[in-house]
Amino acid sequence: MALLEIKDLTQRFGGLIAVNDFSVTMEGRELNALIGPNGAGKTTVFNLVSGFYQPTTGSITINGVDTRGMKPHQVTSLGVARTFQNIRLWNDMTVLDNIRVSQHYRLGYSLADALLRTRRYADREAAIERTAMELLEFMGMKDLANEFPPNLSYGIQRKVEIARALSTKPKLLLLDEPAAGLPSTDVVELIKLIEWIHKEFDLAIWMIEHQMTVVMSLCQWIKVIDFGATIAEGTPEDIRNNPTVIKAYLGDEAI
Amino acid sequence: MGNRITVPAALCALLFLMVAMPHVGLLGQYGVTFLCTMGIYIILSASLNLVNGYMGEFSCGHAGFMAVGAYTSSVAGVFLFVPDQVFGQPWLPMALTPFAFPIILAAGFIAAALAGLVVAVPSFKTRGDYLAVITLAASYIIKSAIENVEAVGGPRGFAGMGKIVQGMDSMAPIPWMLVWIFLGVTFTIWILRRFVYSTYGKGVMAIHQDEVAAEIMSVNTNKMKLIAFMLSSGLAGLAGGLYAYLISFVNPASFTILRSTECLVMVYLGGMGSLSGSVLSAIVFAILLEFLKPLEQLKWVAIPLLLILLMQFRPEGIMGNRELSDVFPKLKRFYRFK
Ligand SMILES: Nc1ncnc2c1ncn2[C@@H]1O[C@H](COP(=O)(O)OP(=O)(O)OP(=O)(O)O)[C@@H](O)[C@H]1O
Ligand SMILES: [Mg+2]
Repeated sequence: MALLEIKDLTQRFGGLIAVNDFSVTMEGRELNALIGPNGAGKTTVFNLVSGFYQPTTGSITINGVDTRGMKPHQVTSLGVARTFQNIRLWNDMTVLDNIRVSQHYRLGYSLADALLRTRRYADREAAIERTAMELLEFMGMKDLANEFPPNLSYGIQRKVEIARALSTKPKLLLLDEPAAGLPSTDVVELIKLIEWIHKEFDLAIWMIEHQMTVVMSLCQWIKVIDFGATIAEGTPEDIRNNPTVIKAYLGDEAI
Repeated sequence: MGNRITVPAALCALLFLMVAMPHVGLLGQYGVTFLCTMGIYIILSASLNLVNGYMGEFSCGHAGFMAVGAYTSSVAGVFLFVPDQVFGQPWLPMALTPFAFPIILAAGFIAAALAGLVVAVPSFKTRGDYLAVITLAASYIIKSAIENVEAVGGPRGFAGMGKIVQGMDSMAPIPWMLVWIFLGVTFTIWILRRFVYSTYGKGVMAIHQDEVAAEIMSVNTNKMKLIAFMLSSGLAGLAGGLYAYLISFVNPASFTILRSTECLVMVYLGGMGSLSGSVLSAIVFAILLEFLKPLEQLKWVAIPLLLILLMQFRPEGIMGNRELSDVFPKLKRFYRFK
């Protein structure tokens, strides 16, 4: 059974067709990319997969479960996590709390347990905190547990956001432009980080990225969309030399 | 371990003082009533802070939920214990009042929490200004609805609760309402503190800080909003019930927009998202009201003016979103914000 199966997905916003007849299959464990010029509809695809929008037509199945009608938090509990094009951490919470709260779908205790401070509450809270600390330690950010995100550099905030996504124990990690706004030295770090995550965590990664160095050095399979429709797909080698892709990008730049 | 005892011990001592002091003439009727009023303000301010401070919504209809609790508790008490033209002969003997009173208050809590659904459900789809208008409308609907129920006296109001308080007094000569209000305040702070400290309750703060991220990171935002609104309005209902028995009379005019404004002033004075701030601001506010009493209606010029000055010079309120134990770390020896 495929991890992610998108069939004939179309998303309209009024008269605008943001995603047009889009299909993709991921079996699991891949590291793929979704690229295309600005406004091509890439983020919209991620928003659809994470349950934030309901598709106009078409279907999305995750591990065989059709996600139509599901709320984002339910999709997350199926094993999909994501980061955002503009970092969206909770800025008035510590890094540790950010990673605790994102385990909300598997808290394992009820409101009554929280109010009565039952045994189960204590055990589960301890486990949640342990999971969070272990993850931070594993990613080399243990010292940052009690920091607030705005006090961290942009690159570190990106890393915290990725850690937060990982804390939901995803099978599919969606990264929306992880290299956006990073200085070039940090981009090298980021490439290493994504490679490492792909190796260490048992998951598939699907990312949107404008920086070709990142895409070309990491991804096995690339899909290119323009105006919501697929214009090319293939290995980095295929894409690099594809005239349609070059035209879409150059055309975009000429405006 | 020793530390964990400190707070309950202090609370017991306080309770003892409250019972003993009036007994030996150290605390007059004036003082008792003042402390009671202060306690009710603490409940109102802390409970509204859950929605306006921690969750970042702008609810301006707190008085409506207070009214639901006040009327429910009043009617429940009178129905059970007092002969009444509308509700007929009492069902229970007066001797049971001290035991039944928590149940009477619980009825107010539950009714107000259910009324909270009126604003919780629209909050799934709406936020900001639009939700503020909905909360305001809800409080007006509640007030007009009560005005139109003849059985509870319509606009004239409803009385009879005094007999129940007298009933309790005849059982034991202690300042009953002060004791109940003290227990109500303790319950409120206890429940809110446990809620906002848990990872569960922090979902509410995630909604405040970035609702989209909360939803995507597996927080069931609709459920969290439902819980926050219902808990907040339920506690307002508890404050309402206590208020009704404190002054032995309720009328719709006690639960106007002015009352909701008082609650808002306290939340912003204390600091959004700070429980200790809410308690402090309610204390300050109650004292202030007492001092401004001679000004009569003019106090409603003085208080907004104060609010404007506050917003100018300390927009985050007394405490910001910090707790007393963050500002004075030594306090952590006696209690932790857990
Ligand atoms: N909620 C929405 N309502 C209306 N139009 C939208 C909405 N979301 C996206 N769009 C439009 O859909 C199109 C695709 O947007 P999308 O954000 O998916 O592009 P993108 O490929 O991620 O672009 P970028 O590289 O700039 O991030 C754009 O024209 C955008 O304006
Ligand atoms: Mg985008």
